[in-house]
Amino acid sequence: MTQATANGGPVLEIRGLKTHFFTRDGVVKAVDGVDLTVEAGEIVGLVGESGCGKSVTSMSVLRLVQDPGRIVDGSIRFQGTDLLGLSDKEIRNIRGDRISMIFQQPISSLNPVYTAGFQIAEVYRVHRNMKKGPARDKALEVLREVGIPDPERRIDAYPHELSGGMAQRIMIAMALAAGPELLIADEPTTALDVTIQAQIIDLMRDVREDLGTAIILITHDLGIVAEIADRVAVMYAGEIVEEADVETLFTDPKHPYTRGLIGSIPVAGARREWLDVIPGRVPNLIDLPPGCRFAPRCRARLENDLTICTEREPALLDVGENHTARCWLYSEGRR
Amino acid sequence: MLIGILALVFALARLIPGDPCRAALGERATDEICEAYNERYGLNEPIYVQFGIYLNDIAHGDLGESFRFGVPVTELLVERLPTTIELSITALLIAVVVGVPLGIISGYRHNSKTDVATMIGANIGVAMPVFWLGLMLQYVFAVLLRDTPLALPPSGKLDAGLIPTPFYEVWGWPMNGFTEFLAKFTVMNALVTFQWEILSSAMLHLILPAVALATIPMAIIARMTRSSLLDVLGLDYVRTARAKGLAERTVVVRHALRNAMLPVVTVVGLSFGALLGGAILTETIFNLAGVGKTLFDAITSRDYTVVQGFTLVVAVGFVVVNLVVDMLYTYLDPRVRVS
Repeated sequence: MTQATANGGPVLEIRGLKTHFFTRDGVVKAVDGVDLTVEAGEIVGLVGESGCGKSVTSMSVLRLVQDPGRIVDGSIRFQGTDLLGLSDKEIRNIRGDRISMIFQQPISSLNPVYTAGFQIAEVYRVHRNMKKGPARDKALEVLREVGIPDPERRIDAYPHELSGGMAQRIMIAMALAAGPELLIADEPTTALDVTIQAQIIDLMRDVREDLGTAIILITHDLGIVAEIADRVAVMYAGEIVEEADVETLFTDPKHPYTRGLIGSIPVAGARREWLDVIPGRVPNLIDLPPGCRFAPRCRARLENDLTICTEREPALLDVGENHTARCWLYSEGRR
Repeated sequence: MLIGILALVFALARLIPGDPCRAALGERATDEICEAYNERYGLNEPIYVQFGIYLNDIAHGDLGESFRFGVPVTELLVERLPTTIELSITALLIAVVVGVPLGIISGYRHNSKTDVATMIGANIGVAMPVFWLGLMLQYVFAVLLRDTPLALPPSGKLDAGLIPTPFYEVWGWPMNGFTEFLAKFTVMNALVTFQWEILSSAMLHLILPAVALATIPMAIIARMTRSSLLDVLGLDYVRTARAKGLAERTVVVRHALRNAMLPVVTVVGLSFGALLGGAILTETIFNLAGVGKTLFDAITSRDYTVVQGFTLVVAVGFVVVNLVVDMLYTYLDPRVRVS
């Protein structure tokens, strides 16, 4: 956790990442040219609908994409080291030690036949070469750090004896055990009750404050992003379509998709006949539309009578200070 | 449950056409002789009375006397059960030791050539009748390869002329039903008393029947291991284990395999039943005087008490094995532990 702050550069730098799945029906371009930078101690929200490639992006960082998926292009630099160039052994040494992950379903993410303590202690055994006994003591310590009530008892609990929130705390404890510079949280609160969600969010905020861990928070819940992220990247159909700091994104969204997303959040207390929804569906990632991937669902395209949208793909354009959007609306020579 | 089995076997044995008297004494036994025979073995009582007497005897540890051999069924069991236990355990060992690794390899490298080859082999293995396989093994190893070092004995327990010394004589232990029973485990007996010649002969004689008997359970175990491992490898906690930085080997062995073995253990327990059924054919083909062959002979000669007694023992064995499996389950899977 100290290295991150020491050398000043970004913790993670993803450039032009393409992860495709080679299925019988064709090539699914789940991630298709993603750029993302995470600074030390920063919380970046990665937002989008189900199936837009958020999780695949994060799995690509640790090279955990399984067959038939493959990273076909791009680079992922973690503190200057290209993760895609590492040997299997070298990437394993980074997993769980310097970059760790937590997942959506905390209970099924824990192995049902081992105790929570055993599974946390494994991190110390594999990355710190500790023996079982000392590793267990360290596990108890980290359980205390994540605020688990009655850690002496929980350490011997099996996953089926834990609630979802408790299991997610165990997962977070496991992820933080080795003091990583980067934590990737893939929908960490989606499966939890709202009150528990708030606790987990608070815990992640504390982690950043106390340990300086940078966090990539993957979610489809804009509320959570608004609450905790510093910067937000919005993903659509395997690409990042807009990126900005959290305030700008919510007050001044540029991309029609982002606007649609924000517009579709129900506001507590406000009575409305209709929620604003984005018409249509996420495009088939095998057979992508030519031009802008959002064009078939885009109202702004129709309102502005743009033809280029269905012909050429827009690039990520600067639309403000540290604010980019992938949309022809903001291009000078668009017609 | 055991009473149910008893009643069922008792009834079924008596439903087989033909009567024990003529089966034992020959077609030309006169009615008077059969009358006396039935009188002697209590076969002229009404069935329910016979059953009542039988249950009462069993409660006192008496399984009755064989009509055919004129010796107590327990004595036959002492003599023949060890052969079958030895055969079944060897077969089960072969099935597990070969089947599980094959299943793991094909599950882990699924859709590879190894996987396809293993699964084709497993399907053939399941489909192959035991008696045919037994005959083929005999033909290949005892006829075609007769004068080569690969030749294996096709029948019996030991080479002719070899007589093992029971361990109780070597150790100066008393001879009783129990020690006699233990001494009939030829391989174990030879091993603990260092009779090497007998040990090697006994083991060589076991190979062919054990392989014939092991094929079906081996194929079932391999397929089960494969599909179970495939399921588990796709689960969230395997992803967690990888994300933790564990070596692939640790991920598979420590995190996937233990969970994947749960259904396999159940299958192993159930295979034991199939194994006992297969033992009837195997022992008959390989001329081993075990439970299976005895049962087969007893059925053909309407030796009711032997059929009943042996079936009871087989049923008890099956129940005991599955009890052990259940106990193993609580060790392997914390979710079924009673807190």
